[in-house]
Amino acid sequence: MFAFTVRRLLASIPVLFFSTLLVFLIVASSVDPLSPLRARNPPIPQQTIEAEAHRLGLDHPLLQRYWDWLTGLFLHGNWGTSVSPSYDIGQRLDSAFFVTLRLVVLSIVLSLILAVTVGVLTAVRQYSKVDYAATAVGFLFLSLPTFVFAILLKSWAIQFNQAVRPNGPPLIATLFEASPNPPTGFFGKIGDAAGHLLLPTIVLSLISYASWSRFQRSSMLEVLNSDYVRLARAKGLSRSRVLFRHALRNALIPLSTQVALDTAGLLGGAVITETIFEWHGMGYMFIQAIGNYDLYPILAWLVVASSLVIVFNLLADLLYAVLDPRIRLA
Amino acid sequence: MPDKKITAPDVIGTSRMTPMEQSGKGAVRADREFTVKVRTQREIVLSRFLKHRAAVISSVVFLMVVLFAFVGPLLWHQPYNVYTNDIEVPPSGTHPFGTDGSGYDLFADVMHGSARTLEIAASVAITSTLIGTIYGAIAGYYRGWIDTVMMRFADLILTIPALVMAIIVSDKFSASIASAWYFLAFILAALFWPICARIVRAQVLSLREKEFVEAARALGGKDGRTIFRHIVPNCMGSIIVVLTLTVANTVLVETALSFLGFGVRPPDTSLGTLVNNGQTSIQNGFPWLFYFPALFIILIVLSINFIGDGLRDAFDPQQTRVRA
Amino acid sequence: MTAYSNLTTGSDVLLAVNDLTVDFPTADGVVRAVRGVSYELRAGEVLGIVGESGSGKSVSSMAVMGLLPKSARINGSITFRGEELLGSSEKQFMEIRGSKIAMIFQDPMTSLNPVYKIGFQLAEAVLAHHDVSRQDARKRALELLEIVGIPFPEQRIDQYPHEFSGGMRQRVVIAIAMANNPDVIIADEPTTALDVTVQAQVLESLRTAQQETGAAMVLITHDLGVVAGQADRVMVMYAGKPVEIGGVDDIYYNPRMPYTLGLLGSLPRLDRREQSRLTPIQGSPPSLLSLPPGCPFTPRCPMAGDMCVDQEPELLITDNPGHSAACHYSALLVGKKPDEVFAASAEDALMPEAYGGETGAGTGTITTTHEETAA
Repeated sequence: MFAFTVRRLLASIPVLFFSTLLVFLIVASSVDPLSPLRARNPPIPQQTIEAEAHRLGLDHPLLQRYWDWLTGLFLHGNWGTSVSPSYDIGQRLDSAFFVTLRLVVLSIVLSLILAVTVGVLTAVRQYSKVDYAATAVGFLFLSLPTFVFAILLKSWAIQFNQAVRPNGPPLIATLFEASPNPPTGFFGKIGDAAGHLLLPTIVLSLISYASWSRFQRSSMLEVLNSDYVRLARAKGLSRSRVLFRHALRNALIPLSTQVALDTAGLLGGAVITETIFEWHGMGYMFIQAIGNYDLYPILAWLVVASSLVIVFNLLADLLYAVLDPRIRLA
Repeated sequence: MPDKKITAPDVIGTSRMTPMEQSGKGAVRADREFTVKVRTQREIVLSRFLKHRAAVISSVVFLMVVLFAFVGPLLWHQPYNVYTNDIEVPPSGTHPFGTDGSGYDLFADVMHGSARTLEIAASVAITSTLIGTIYGAIAGYYRGWIDTVMMRFADLILTIPALVMAIIVSDKFSASIASAWYFLAFILAALFWPICARIVRAQVLSLREKEFVEAARALGGKDGRTIFRHIVPNCMGSIIVVLTLTVANTVLVETALSFLGFGVRPPDTSLGTLVNNGQTSIQNGFPWLFYFPALFIILIVLSINFIGDGLRDAFDPQQTRVRA
Repeated sequence: MTAYSNLTTGSDVLLAVNDLTVDFPTADGVVRAVRGVSYELRAGEVLGIVGESGSGKSVSSMAVMGLLPKSARINGSITFRGEELLGSSEKQFMEIRGSKIAMIFQDPMTSLNPVYKIGFQLAEAVLAHHDVSRQDARKRALELLEIVGIPFPEQRIDQYPHEFSGGMRQRVVIAIAMANNPDVIIADEPTTALDVTVQAQVLESLRTAQQETGAAMVLITHDLGVVAGQADRVMVMYAGKPVEIGGVDDIYYNPRMPYTLGLLGSLPRLDRREQSRLTPIQGSPPSLLSLPPGCPFTPRCPMAGDMCVDQEPELLITDNPGHSAACHYSALLVGKKPDEVFAASAEDALMPEAYGGETGAGTGTITTTHEETAA
């Protein structure tokens, strides 16, 4: 098991390397920090532009820039230079990361719990009313764009707040990840954070829940019809034991891989959610950087995102090996 | 194909075996028939699809939306990009979906937006499925290091969040070529093909072990021929399902991009841009500006999802086995 | 009493199946998988159930265990030790499964849960029905592994199923079935998925299992060779119904139903001195969706007459009280050999004799007798 982990870990390193290369090449060719300067009217003197280019390291060939950036990042922890001199990329990343992280992690956990429960329930009661209802709801959420759902929830919350407490602070927070004047004390802070987490988490989790529950349902159905579940029943084991120890144990394995693969999409979805709810997380940082044609924060963002995806994939591989002994030999 | 009747003498093999015929009572025995209708795969798939009620209804709905989007503008008097004097008018006879802050007719806007969204979705789906199929089939067929290298590259593309990458790259393109939607489609196709490639590769990996592949090669078939004349047609089920799901996925991503301002840009319009324009209008008292375009996005994606589900069931029904 | 009840040997009837029918409603209609099966199983005896795919042999056994899907419509009666099983609750079935009646399934490669060690899966079977400690269950598991002949049981017990070969896995499944000393073991095609060389080993383990537990066994197979070595009595099934029941000698040496005769004729025999051809039964079993009236074997039967088309024959006792057959013309089959009734193949029948063709094989004798009886 240890050897397996080490092997997988080592295999991830070249992936990370190539990922950064690909990302750098694409981003560096698409985003030109100098374009707003060039577009200004009255035009800025060429010297100023060149000085800025030099400051940002843009006057070197592409591959050299890649190498400089890569070594700077991994050897010196230098994220790069922003167009605004006061912008510390590392610091911004840090705070933004934890803001987004709590949203994404909570959503994944919530999604998983819901998806597994509903997936198992609908598989066991196939073709029942519960099954049809859950399937219909699942399809609806699958077809609901994140931004539509977010806007809907936001406007309903506003109406709800106005109806319930027209003159006080909103009951369900619709903007930001925390109040501008947060309450003091541990529980106060938790309560405040929870109130702000409510809507974005619902948005993010309900959409991944939809695809995962269908996946879990079909995986569960396949397992329930398998020979070894039939043998387990023939042994005289109780229904719950057969369901959980034998069926679910096997049915969860494909889902774990699927969850890992979907994390990339979740990070993208977080961008939309954060934009609508005006959270100051990674999504906000990204959109801001795009607006400013700020190359290095964008690169930093992508490195973090890709690393997250690679890490999640690694975790999925490991989880798979833990759950399925046949894989450990691979 | 006509119904194929298996008559008793055919089964036994020779009428000489049937004593009844010899004694003149053959007519009774020989006429005992078992009717077995032989159906082509196309017929089987179609009949299974038609049993899926939601899929059939969705096909009709989708068709209506397509007609609305493409034929509608030819019949509707108000073009989408010409403003009227009715500002922020609620839905009425002249403006079934109302108008927005600049007086544009929302009905025409939604028509055009749907058309644009559908065009992008269709082109992305077809392109990415085509590339993905060829790529995945080659990788799965040759296996070994070719497969490893090819799939690692495909996986690499998948580690990048599609939405984010599209935002980054769309900036560059739209700066030089204003609102040309085919560039957006190109970008999305480049981000989506690995999904199809993975699925096709998995199918090809299992199919290549089957005997018919050996047979094709033993007959002297060249690799390309074997792959594309024999193996890929057997993956058709999965490919068609991936195609439909890519359409749905593209609609979601493209509308999100347009919503954020990075996809289809003015003066062109897509359902996403319309939603963006309407996002505060619910509170401001013009809810139709949000609900109608949002409804159409949901309608399109929902119907495609049901169609995809029906297709998946039609090509590969999950049936409980009962052995006698 | 029924027509096929055995000579009273004095041993108890453990399992009595009476007129069991199983229907499956499907999108295309109702599939009548089992159309009236009746048999009795006494303590210590081995009943072989033989038939092609689609004959209903597996479904009838799954009905005994209560393992059929909820959509199945089951009628008739199944009694175990006098108590009616049909209509029992799941809880009642749970107590019987694995402890009183155990089952062995066909495909050993998929019968075991891939994520648990086999020691765990064995112990689980014991712990489900006995309140013993984990260590005791483990000891029993080791014991069982030894009995079925798994080498190095102390190491093997902590391995996963994918580390075992097919034959070994099937032996583990047999061990699981034996674990609680059941009264009845139902083996559903235990050797079908295995190589011939491995089959013998598995059958040996099966025999050991039966001897060790003293259980009665229902051995379901399509392989007559397997049944010959193991069974005391044989029931031949076709299209959801038994068509012949009797002691193993009766069935093999005095078959009274053309289908049985045909099955015997299609077996390659090493003990034949002269070269002879196999006589296959042409055609395939009928669809259980739309069964025409009359005997279902008619289209493939070389002896079929008018009566066969209209009337399904009942299972009637032949000259031997323990032996019953369902054929209108069963009396005609006395002393007949398979190649006297079935031709080697359609083409052979048309070939000139010099090349081994047979002219009008089997028709001469039968026709005259037909006309005699018809008259």
